[in-house]
Amino acid sequence: MLDGILQGLSTAFLPVNLMLLFVGCFAGTFIGMLPGLGPVSAIALMIPITYGFDPSSGLILMAGVYYGAVFGGSTSAILINAPGVSGAVATAFDGYPMAQRGEAGKALALAAYSSFAGGTIGAVFLLLFVPILAKLSLSFQSADYFALMVFGLSAITAFSGKGQVIKAVLMALLGLMLATVGEDPSGIQRFTFGITDLYDGISFLLLSMATFAIAEALMVVLRPSPPSKVASAGKPTFQTLGSMKLSKEEIKDVAPVVARSSVLGFFVGVLPGAGATIASFLAYGMERNLASAKQKLGFGKGSLRGLAAPETANNAASTGSFVPLLTLGIPGSATTAIMLGALLSYGVQPGPRLYIDHPAVFWSVIISMYLGNIILLILNLPLIPYISKLLAVPRQFLTPIILFLSLIGVYLVSFNTVDLFMMVVIGAIAVVFRVLNFPLAPLLLGFILGGMMEENLRRALLISDGSLEFLWQRPITATIIIITVATVLIPIVSSLRKTKGSRALDT
Amino acid sequence: MRLSESKGHHRRQSNLIATLLFLGIFFSAGQTAYAVERLHFLIPGGAGGGWDTTARGVGDALTRSGIVSRASYQNMSGGDGSKAIAHLIESAERQTDTLMISSTPIVLKSLKNIFPQSYKDLTPVAAVIADYGAFVVKTDSKYTSWQQMIDDFRLDPRNVLVAGGSVLGGMDHVVAAMAFKQSGVDPKSIRYIPYNAGAKAMVGLLSNETQLLSTGLSEALALAEQGEVRVLAMTAATRMDHAPEVPTLSEQGVDLVFTNWRGFFGAPGLSENKVREFQELLLRMYDTKEWEDIRLKRGWTNLYISGDDFIEFLKDQETEMGYLLDELGIRR
Repeated sequence: MLDGILQGLSTAFLPVNLMLLFVGCFAGTFIGMLPGLGPVSAIALMIPITYGFDPSSGLILMAGVYYGAVFGGSTSAILINAPGVSGAVATAFDGYPMAQRGEAGKALALAAYSSFAGGTIGAVFLLLFVPILAKLSLSFQSADYFALMVFGLSAITAFSGKGQVIKAVLMALLGLMLATVGEDPSGIQRFTFGITDLYDGISFLLLSMATFAIAEALMVVLRPSPPSKVASAGKPTFQTLGSMKLSKEEIKDVAPVVARSSVLGFFVGVLPGAGATIASFLAYGMERNLASAKQKLGFGKGSLRGLAAPETANNAASTGSFVPLLTLGIPGSATTAIMLGALLSYGVQPGPRLYIDHPAVFWSVIISMYLGNIILLILNLPLIPYISKLLAVPRQFLTPIILFLSLIGVYLVSFNTVDLFMMVVIGAIAVVFRVLNFPLAPLLLGFILGGMMEENLRRALLISDGSLEFLWQRPITATIIIITVATVLIPIVSSLRKTKGSRALDT
Repeated sequence: MRLSESKGHHRRQSNLIATLLFLGIFFSAGQTAYAVERLHFLIPGGAGGGWDTTARGVGDALTRSGIVSRASYQNMSGGDGSKAIAHLIESAERQTDTLMISSTPIVLKSLKNIFPQSYKDLTPVAAVIADYGAFVVKTDSKYTSWQQMIDDFRLDPRNVLVAGGSVLGGMDHVVAAMAFKQSGVDPKSIRYIPYNAGAKAMVGLLSNETQLLSTGLSEALALAEQGEVRVLAMTAATRMDHAPEVPTLSEQGVDLVFTNWRGFFGAPGLSENKVREFQELLLRMYDTKEWEDIRLKRGWTNLYISGDDFIEFLKDQETEMGYLLDELGIRR
């Protein structure tokens, strides 16, 4: 194994490969920054270029593009509320409010540091524990995935401020309902009304771009002055970059969040049935639940913790998703599926024997991930002041640009004009929700978890012959369910006790 | 009308120039190769999928070997492939250079009457490669033969959960149902667990959630080579040259041969000359080194069926699968 690592080191440090890594990170960052264009389209663009390469170089380039795009995806989420990658949706929850508050620089810098930390910690885990991790990625069954998705749903509480609980639950339910559109696992069409474009269901990217980017742009048109309440101080804070520096207290505050989120993100990424988006939502929910009552109020309004958690987790998860790809030959996401296709065209079959048969390929990719994260940090930090100049563009120009880029981004994924109409309609409906003060994040959460929750629930029920025993038969399922119940009940119980206590004091 | 005519004329002109240039290159190289100017591949699914790799593989072999000078690709996912079919039908007169990649699931979907338009409205060109159904168990499974598994299933259908990467009534399910039926078991008694992709179904098998996996042979062999799984049986008529250790169903006493073809369709009303031209260039592709390279790396098996044979083959497959869907109570 050590021999293989050395081989990988020398391969990764070949000048050609270092250059490809740099090119990949650079291209990936820029593609990821464009709203709607994520790692899938970025890697698909690279495939024809990598034809003549040897497998290590090709994979290094594509891996660079991959985490470059994940890295860059946060930029458009923070600056214009248009997450370019589904994994960056949760980044927009707190990143965009920060930018609105005039702290765009700090938000971008924090996102870059968190991404770096998540990616690096993930790469270290990968290097140290690869053989064990292969087993881990097979330890989850449908029942466990179902429990994990239910746990993810408990994060709705994170989006419900005072008096908003019912609104948040309603929006999550709407998300769950939207997830049922399309062909169900037993081959039956639901809510498609004979429209072929609905057979595959609604795409998550479309929904998130419509509810975030389009709705935001339309809101700006409706309310010509910046809607931010924080801006009421009289200065046009939105246009300013603000300081990029994090204070010592802030770093102290965020460090444990980053540590927890990278571990959580990585392990969720290792599971072939989860992925970066789920990881970012879970990390966001977890941090919200762990935060003190006072910090909780900051979530969704520009909390540093709320930004660091999903950003760390989605990068760690992207790294983790290489475990099932490299050690089992099983792609856990659309992105890794494309990479598997590319590997096969080189004549390299990933699987348990990959690091025996092709040690140079295996280890050089892992080592280049570590290097890639350093390159990304060095590349991104100096760019922040220039990129955030985007905010200085007058709104009357910026808004059409955002609309244009969002629509193009979704179109480039599906090449389907009907998607454009759907985006506009959903965007208009989302504006109505925003005017009525319904939160949109639970909608997306319900939507992304709903599809997977249903699929896994149905499988678990089929396997257990329709009985609900599967909920407690496996230790993993039972543990996750217990944690979920606890996270939902503890705040309620403690608030009940508090009211009781205050009543006792009153009397 | 006029506009499109003049456009077509214009393109023909530029194509002519391109062809002349191309021929010039070939003549100067001392070859008398005949080149088709351009081919357009319509892919009803996203990048990286089975349709995508096949279309791009064929396109690559054709362009690199100089049979075709230029190939373009268009991914049009949506409606499980129906979007692309509808597009090809609607814009038929502009699509004379277009080949749409297709495969067995397209026939199945049409059988279930969920598409407003059917593959039958298109012009069949030829099947180019074949994959076969494979039944896979984990390496440490107690089953070493198909019959052993069936015997255990007879004791209690709960003993064998069958995973597959398609919905109920999708290809993986139907192939498994056919194999069980030919082994003398009621296909309705199979406990089929659907996953949304072949890879996810493989995870289901490896994580001990299910005991048997119904999937494509090339996918199964790739992981079998890595020592993760064992192929109990597959649905080709004879053993494969590149995997002689994998037994067929028929040699284990199960009368079933099933081919998952991948091939091409043209736009409706495509002229016979054009169809013949397509068929000839696909046939020529098999002899090129470029195709052999791609084919071996991907683990594909050549299967060329064209013309009336192809139509006949499609009809047979449709009847066979339709009968089974009725028996399973899935066809509407």
